[in-house]
Amino acid sequence: MTRAFSAMLRRDLVLSLRAGGGAGIGVIFFLAVVMVVPFAIGPDQKLLSQIGPAILWSGALLASLLGLDRVFGADAEDGSLDLLLLAPLPLEVIAFAKALAHWLATGLPLVIAAPLFGLMLGVEGKASLALAAMLLVGTPAIAFLGLIGAALAASLSRAGLLIAVLIVPFTIPVLIFGTAATEAAIAGTPFGTAFKLFAALLLFSLVIGPVAAAAALRIGRGT
Amino acid sequence: MPKTRGMKIGELANPNRFLRIARFAIPLCAGLSALLLAYGFYRGFHTPAERDQGTVFRIMFVHVPSAWLALGIYSLMAIAALGTLVWRHPLADVAQKAAAPIGAAFALICLVTGAIWGRPTWGTYWEWDGRLTSMLVLFVIYLGIIALWRAFEEPLQAAKAVAILTLVGFINVPIVKFSVDWWSTLHQRASVFRLDGPTMHPAYLSPLLVCAFGFSFLFAALLMAAMRNELMRRRVRTLTLFAAREAR
Amino acid sequence: MRLTANGVSCVRGGRKLYDRVSFSLTGGELLLLSGANGAGKTSLLRQVAGLLPLSGGEIGFEGGDLAEETHFVGHASGIKDTLSVAENLAFWCSLYGSNDAAPADALARLKLAPLAALPARVLSAGQKRRLALSRLLAIRRAIWLLDEPDAALDAEGRDTLLSIITEHRARGGIAIVAGHATLALMPSREIVLGAAEAAAA
Repeated sequence: MTRAFSAMLRRDLVLSLRAGGGAGIGVIFFLAVVMVVPFAIGPDQKLLSQIGPAILWSGALLASLLGLDRVFGADAEDGSLDLLLLAPLPLEVIAFAKALAHWLATGLPLVIAAPLFGLMLGVEGKASLALAAMLLVGTPAIAFLGLIGAALAASLSRAGLLIAVLIVPFTIPVLIFGTAATEAAIAGTPFGTAFKLFAALLLFSLVIGPVAAAAALRIGRGT
Repeated sequence: MPKTRGMKIGELANPNRFLRIARFAIPLCAGLSALLLAYGFYRGFHTPAERDQGTVFRIMFVHVPSAWLALGIYSLMAIAALGTLVWRHPLADVAQKAAAPIGAAFALICLVTGAIWGRPTWGTYWEWDGRLTSMLVLFVIYLGIIALWRAFEEPLQAAKAVAILTLVGFINVPIVKFSVDWWSTLHQRASVFRLDGPTMHPAYLSPLLVCAFGFSFLFAALLMAAMRNELMRRRVRTLTLFAAREAR
Repeated sequence: MRLTANGVSCVRGGRKLYDRVSFSLTGGELLLLSGANGAGKTSLLRQVAGLLPLSGGEIGFEGGDLAEETHFVGHASGIKDTLSVAENLAFWCSLYGSNDAAPADALARLKLAPLAALPARVLSAGQKRRLALSRLLAIRRAIWLLDEPDAALDAEGRDTLLSIITEHRARGGIAIVAGHATLALMPSREIVLGAAEAAAA
């Protein structure tokens, strides 16, 4: 079972790293979001440093939703999904592996890039690191919630926007507690109530994501 | 030998002359670059310190040539894009593809050295002023071009798409160059390329120009090496397709 | 080991594709599904594989977990273009967790060994089909569900496929093959889907 799990994880990682455009697109998109805001509100460094964490959170959330349609969509297109359903590994575990690979390839680079982009928005070094630490909790939560949308839209082509629309409402709690925990961390009290609820959200989505995704895939096959 | 195979190898024959030239041109350019950069940096580090900024201004000898090259390489890519679309020169898209990551690297060097320079002089790593921001936009355009290259399977198809994107993006280059006159806040005004002649002190200007030439030769060497790699990569690709076909 | 279908029907898009299909297969038997395009050959295979819910009836299997004993080779090959030929097969071997997996032998048997290191994107349609079929050999499973397995294969490939299926039956495996019979399969049973409706009409 570990061998099958790691094979699934490795394959999806290799695929997203080798695929055209690559996993870097998410980071470029993140950068583009960060770049666009100052154009819209003007180059006021003081204002930007105040709303910097909010910009970074929104950018990371949007960038996280980008590649979700490929998580199951590519496998549904080429018939791999049928074969995954016949594997001895439970579908929930397969879905977990796929979400983890997706997060490693697209979410983790966002976390790493966030402090750098933070500097551009005038978020101080320590605050930037606190924010990255919170994104390290928040982005996997978003990825695992997004997995549900990815599974629901698996058999649809060009489902990227649809998935984003489906999933954004469910990521609102992550955003609320994530930004609250970030504020607390920047203020120097990182492990308060907000962070506990935030971490609980991550654990919740780690479970609900694969389970719901597997159910959606099983039902989706019937149509 | 099957006929199709002869034709394919024939398509690759044209770049052979380039490969022959590159064999001695790459070390030549690399050597020139090393000499010029060594001399330019030596001169640059033996000029008197600047009145307001102390010694940190010397990062200019990397920062400014990088900015020029980031712009210049993009212009070169736009010409190569024309070469792909209009003149259909077989090496144009190879040059365009090879130049993109180098241009992106110079843009990044410009941004990073700018941040290092900005911290002691402005008190902040990043400032959303016209020139920095448009260099950032240029960097993102570079990344987009690289991503578009990678997204296509077939190089000739990719070449056309990228050529169009490059030409469309070319509109950005003049904006970068002159944006300082439109939207400048903190950054210095352009002080070398001006209609009324350079205002920079000649003691700084000459090592700066030497460094700029040094970096240009470095670019030439890197470009030719990357073009050679790309030609090899395409040859491998073609041979791989043949291997699959021959195996039946 | 016995695979049975009891009164299986299939309704898709409000249309009854087929009604009350029954069969019973034991080790070594091969069922050939034939019928016009759209008669439901693929649907029946997918129902047996558990990839499509039954509109009626039941599928039974004595001898283990049906899903874990089933190979399904459909029109879509499940091949990733950016992975090499060997990587594609190795992934399924690891995922299906078979201990007697012999990917190298399987590739050699299907004449893919010289292509093992190449990315699957350069393969022709026939080569891709053979790569999909190599799963059958590399991972031992008792029930093969093959949807037009000879599609895109040349004469040599069809011969190999035929001998592979024959060996599978000799080992006591079960096979259900859907498709136009360009293969001399010598089925032990044949079901013509859509025949009842045709007779009634």
